[in-house]
Parts: sequence; C-alpha cells; structure tokens
Amino acid sequence: MSKKIITLHVNGKDREVAVDERESLYETLRNELRLTSIKKGCEVGECGACSVLLNGKCVDSCIYLTVWAQGKDIVTVEGLKDETNGDITDVQKEFIKQAAVQCGFCTPGFILKAVEIVGANKPYTRDEIKELITGNLCRCTGYMNIVTAIEHAIKHNMDKLGIPYEVAPSTTSFDIPDAEKEKMLKDVLAMQNNDVTKA
Amino acid sequence: MFDISFLYEAKDVKDAIKRLSENPNSEIISGGTDVLIRVREGKDAGMGLVSIHNIAELKGVKQDGSGNIIIGAGTCFYDITHNEIIQKYIPSLGEAVNTVGGPQIRQTGTIGGNICNGATSADSASTMTALQADIVLEGPNGERVVNIKDFYTGPGKTVRDRCEVCKHFVIKKENFENYYGYYFKYGKRKSLEIATLGCSVLVKLNGAKDAIEDVKIAYGVAAPTPSRAYKAEEFAKGKKLNDKTLLDEFAKLALEEMKPRDSWRASKEFREQLIKEMAKRSLVNSIRRAGGRIEYYV
Ligand code: FES
Ligand code: FES
Repeated sequence: MSKKIITLHVNGKDREVAVDERESLYETLRNELRLTSIKKGCEVGECGACSVLLNGKCVDSCIYLTVWAQGKDIVTVEGLKDETNGDITDVQKEFIKQAAVQCGFCTPGFILKAVEIVGANKPYTRDEIKELITGNLCRCTGYMNIVTAIEHAIKHNMDKLGIPYEVAPSTTSFDIPDAEKEKMLKDVLAMQNNDVTKA
Repeated sequence: MFDISFLYEAKDVKDAIKRLSENPNSEIISGGTDVLIRVREGKDAGMGLVSIHNIAELKGVKQDGSGNIIIGAGTCFYDITHNEIIQKYIPSLGEAVNTVGGPQIRQTGTIGGNICNGATSADSASTMTALQADIVLEGPNGERVVNIKDFYTGPGKTVRDRCEVCKHFVIKKENFENYYGYYFKYGKRKSLEIATLGCSVLVKLNGAKDAIEDVKIAYGVAAPTPSRAYKAEEFAKGKKLNDKTLLDEFAKLALEEMKPRDSWRASKEFREQLIKEMAKRSLVNSIRRAGGRIEYYV
C-alpha cells in the first residue's frame, strides 16, 4: 500500500509526514517523528502509556488511526513547556519532587493526563484525581506519589488563579513517623532473615 | 500497522454506505476502540474499514421540536456524560457511559459503536433499553427506525445490515420525562472493566411520591442480549413505597425472566444473586433520586 503525505499539527508545529493509512498514531509519532516519549505498553487501550493529548484531551494513540488526527492539535511530552519561562511545567517538576517516577515507563502518559487534569482549572479532590487517572497503569509506584504530584501541580495552578485549594496531608513514606519507620524496617529485616526455603 | 486491507474515510453517511456496498469484506469503524482491538486480536484481520470517525453530522446531542432527545451515534462517551441535555434529563445514561473502559477510551469510543457491536455487556445498552431508544439506521435502501427491543438478535448480533450506518438514537420525551434512573455496574475492578452484570432502572413516582407510577428495569449480561424484566415492571406499578414485599418480589420476578450463563467472569449462580440484589439496589437508588423515601439497608 502506498504512503501518502499528510500534515499533522504536533507540539505547536505543522509537520508533513508520509503515512500508511493503516498506521496508528502511536507508530507515526514514534517511528516517523521520533517522539519517543510515547510508550507502547499493551497496544489494546488498557494501559495509557501511549497517551497523547488530542485537542487537549488524552487518547490512547495505539488504537487511534493517524489519518484521523489530521487537523487536530497533538501534544506529547516533548512539546510541554512553561509558557512564562520556557522551563519544564509544574506538573513535570512535581513528578520529580514527589518521586512519582520509578522505571518511568508510564510517566509520559501520566504527565499528559496530569496536564489535562490541571488544565481543567478545577480544585479536584484526591479521590477525584484517582478516578481521573484510571486509564493509566503504573506497575512500580503504587500511585500514591503520582496522585500527590498531581495534587501539588493543581495547587500551583489554583494559587495562580486565586482559588483556595488544600493539598490533603501527605500519606507517602516521606511523612511516616519515625517510630513507625523503625517498625517497618524491623519487619522487613525479619522477613529477610526468615528462610522461606525451610518453611 | 493494523492488518486491514484498506481504510476509507467517508465524507458523509451516503458515501459510507456506498463504500460498504461496493466492498463485501468491509465494516464500519467509528471510535475504533473496539474494531481496532478486534483487528489486533486477528478476529477482524484483513477486513476493509470504512471510517465514519470524523463525520460531523453524526456527533452531538440535541432536542427536537417535541422535546425528544436525539443522540448522534458518533458522539463519544465523554461528550455524552458532559452534555447539558443528558445531565438535565437522563443523567443515568451519562453515568452509565462514564463506566465504559477508562477516560482515554471514553474520549474516542462512541455510543453508536457500543450499541451496534451487539454486546450484552455494553454499558450503554441496558440504560438505552430502559429508555426504549429508537435506533435510526440508513442503508442502501434508505432509512429505517428500529426500536432497541427489536434490535438485538443474539450475542454480538443485531438486525443492522453490514451496509447500514447507525445515524442516531431518539429517546422519546414520554420515556424520560419525570423518570429518575440509576445504572449499577458490577465488575471486579472499577475501571477498564467489562461488566459482570449491569442493571439500569428508571422510575416515575406518583404526585405524593409515596407510590411507583411506572418503572423500567433492563439488564446487561443477564441474558444473551440486553433485556428488560417486564413481569417485575408490571408488578411494581402502583405499589406503595412502604410495601414491605415490594423489593423482594420485584427482584424475584426480575430473575425469572433472565437467563444468566456461566462465564470465566462469573458463575451462573453468582449472576443470579447479582440480578436480584442489583434490582433492589438500583430501584432503591432510583426511588431516592426521584424524591421518594424507601427503607433499605445493605
Ligand atoms: S499501549 Fe496504548 S493503551 Fe497501552
Ligand atoms: S514508574 Fe514504572 S510503570 Fe510507572
């Protein structure tokens, strides 16, 4: 099948690209335009690792045909920057600060979802954030720090808009009382010393 | 690369019908969240796809002169949930489609696809059945209207011809006005899950709000196709809310008309239990939304 040249509006620029009409948006963006932040996890729309912003909303690019995206505004993590100073966005800074990244495979998808969530300019609660990220899977972090990072990013945005917003008290490991930490450490050591092969 | 023989972007409905008729081994693709996965799995591999994805006339929700609600088949789940007309008149449909897949899927998946794929587990199907939606199809021989109760013929099967495009759904005013509804989805997890069982109830109370004037109850996955429990509906009509036998009898009758099956998701016995319990809870929630008082503790 022959390829045809189409124009995609990616990260603020019009890009001409030769595509096969059978291609997914994931394949075009990653293979042709080398936007490697997008990851392929499941290829069936279950993990969100391939998320891209399409007209401001996250879609799974693995089950989206490239030709459908013509005339739409596509954003990937490569296209994110803080408009005021050209720096990385608050969302990205908070992901770093809250240690919301471990292996990083799910991170670009989560970042884009977080950008969409923050951009809604709504004071979402922790529970609402959890609901909003249900289309993204993370195998490492346990989500706690991701939710916290998004909460803090919302807080920055709410401050700018002058809307009062309280970040729920953190329940991440950073804030565990010392006595509790010692107990946890003991438990872990006990587990390690327990020879499972003899059990 | 998807294993398809061609992809054709239809300009409008007529154009799509023409292409489908010319290519016997082709099918419609709308949001793609179902068809593309079937292609990936090899089930629909090699097919030609006629895309109605970007046809503007198939999108949106509006009301006609007589107040009926018209939902474009190409409207994505997110847009239905966030539509003002839906939120005002049939919020339970908005809630039902908000349980499909995950947020990303709901941006592209469409209600037309959800109904036309014929799955009994489709989250919109039970509520659309309770709302007695009319389905407007257009094919090579022109337009026809099929009521949803006559639409499904078996698991994954509908009366829609391969060359027919589902254009929109009409929900008549008399079928939603003064009705309050609730959709109950039972699944093992909250997101990205196919319903083990779905139950949708719509209830209309009398003026004093102490008796049921009318009720509709429809299930998904309780039978090979989305089905209504007519006997239960008949029984509940006119019953007082403080009638102690109401809920148990309603649930018992609902089960009588369903034909649940074993599947890897759940056993037949478990589904029977769900059918009864979900009938009660969905009815109670609908009644409470309608402003009625009814006792029920779980
Ligand atoms: S790779 Fe697209 S959703 Fe998993
Ligand atoms: S950080 Fe590894 S999958 Fe999320």
